[in-house]
Amino acid sequence: MKITKEEVEKVAHLARLHLSAEELETMTTQLDTILSYVAKLDELDTTGVQAMTHAFSESNAFREDKVTDSLAREDALANGPCQNGEAFVVPRVI
Amino acid sequence: MNPYELTIAEATKQLAAGSLSSRELTQSCLERIEAVDIKVKAFLVVNAEQALLQADEADKILACGEAKPLCGIPLSLKDLLCTKGVVTTCGSRMLENFIPPYDATVVEKLKGQGAVLLGKVAMDEFAMGSTSESCAFRVPENPWKLGFVSGGSSGGSAASVAALECPASLGSDTGGSIRQPASLCGIVGMKPTYGLVSRYGLVAFASSLDQIGPLTRDVTDCALMMNAISGYDAKDSTSVRQETPDFTASIIEGVQGMRVGVPREYFGEGLDPEVKAVVTHGIEVLRDAGAEIVEVSLPRTDYCVAVYYLIATAEASSNLARYDGVSYGFRDQEVHSLMEMYKETRSHGFGAEVKRRILIGTYALSAGYYDAYYKKASQVRTLILNDFNRAFEQCDVLISPVVPTPAWKIGEKADNPLAMYLSDVLTISANLAGIPGISVPGGFSRDGLPIGIQLQGAHFREDSLFKVAYNLERGLKLLPQRPGIT
Repeated sequence: MKITKEEVEKVAHLARLHLSAEELETMTTQLDTILSYVAKLDELDTTGVQAMTHAFSESNAFREDKVTDSLAREDALANGPCQNGEAFVVPRVI
Repeated sequence: MNPYELTIAEATKQLAAGSLSSRELTQSCLERIEAVDIKVKAFLVVNAEQALLQADEADKILACGEAKPLCGIPLSLKDLLCTKGVVTTCGSRMLENFIPPYDATVVEKLKGQGAVLLGKVAMDEFAMGSTSESCAFRVPENPWKLGFVSGGSSGGSAASVAALECPASLGSDTGGSIRQPASLCGIVGMKPTYGLVSRYGLVAFASSLDQIGPLTRDVTDCALMMNAISGYDAKDSTSVRQETPDFTASIIEGVQGMRVGVPREYFGEGLDPEVKAVVTHGIEVLRDAGAEIVEVSLPRTDYCVAVYYLIATAEASSNLARYDGVSYGFRDQEVHSLMEMYKETRSHGFGAEVKRRILIGTYALSAGYYDAYYKKASQVRTLILNDFNRAFEQCDVLISPVVPTPAWKIGEKADNPLAMYLSDVLTISANLAGIPGISVPGGFSRDGLPIGIQLQGAHFREDSLFKVAYNLERGLKLLPQRPGIT
């Protein structure tokens, strides 16, 4: 076994997902199959090989520090599932 | 011939000559959608009224004789490209009611050309899938054989173009999502070099792999679309600062002196004999046209799926963290705490495939596993790129199948995620290496299902791809292809 039910539950919490008992069962089996498959990468020796982050070497992309128009607050709030015209509203935090 | 049957190049000529108006063309496409989309199920939204207004605008510009190449041409867009004021769902309940406040750069560019935007087409949820079956709203069907998959994740794009509902569409390709549906639906689809087309306004899946590209009925139209959407964009930090070439300049006869590489690992076990026969015939066509055929090796091909499903899921788990029910998208309202809101929103808003990939990605990035999975995969990714670089010292383009089999029945692989992932083996390496690839119609199976041929090139060598693709298309003499659906 590459992954246990308990581990899947822990990962689900990290990913902010709530899995039903049935989902947990299926996901554990499927994740185990997938993780067992990807373990084939261990066959390759990668000592000293640099990890690739981008397709080709691009240096940092800077742009001119210039003031431009940005989204109006009204437009930014328009898609909010709960908002009061000034901010997004969420359940009480403290 | 009905206007909806025209390619972009054909329509453009008639529009310029005044023998066809954009309104007539657009009306014709809308009627075609009305007639066949009930079966093909490509469109999630059709903006008929807005499209006709855009067509009228285009007709005014055309009358002045100063029209840009795509002026008046009706197109469909994969539903993960942000369209200002038009719902963009990404195939997910999570974004069912999301109305973007801005246009994606590619959408802005198409509008700037005077193109007509017919509507948004179906796709796998968050572009995660190979059949569009994970779409939360409707599953497009293959216009060549209803009940069979149109491919994915840009299945709606491919189905809409193959069903003659529009001459072209924009899709996105993270592991084959343009080339694979293009192959299964018998059309042309290109994944450009990473960084050539701006990703601004593309709903992100795996940022180091995602790339927008066109799906069209022939190679010439593909080059025309690439001319319209390529170019540097300050809003995408991975956008490449370089002059955009005229891709249509490569649409020329003759491949004498070009070296076409045949990667032996792409013809191994699991390849359907009918697919193999089509690609072998394609190779002969290119040889007859004067190309030199060389055998090459991409020794790490067998590891690409494993690398892909670690890197893509890791990036997805990070990108999809933004769907928290706070600032846009779905929110589960039956909650009492913030943590509960996050969890219930994400658990009800995402479908099974998206959750599965978020879980794999989160696991691969989590403390204690990062080195074993994500770092290891990124190192093997370097080796895969090195393999391609070595291959391109011996040849200009690589020729191969796109998908190991023709299209399969809807539902056939839905319960086996790994089997589905393995069907992507021939396309995902291009995304890992950032190189361009194109799928060109190659022939048909005995059952009448299309089979595509893939060409891959070195970074920024779309010119070689277009040249070989065009000559392949000419040599195969398959055009024009028309599915029987009415």
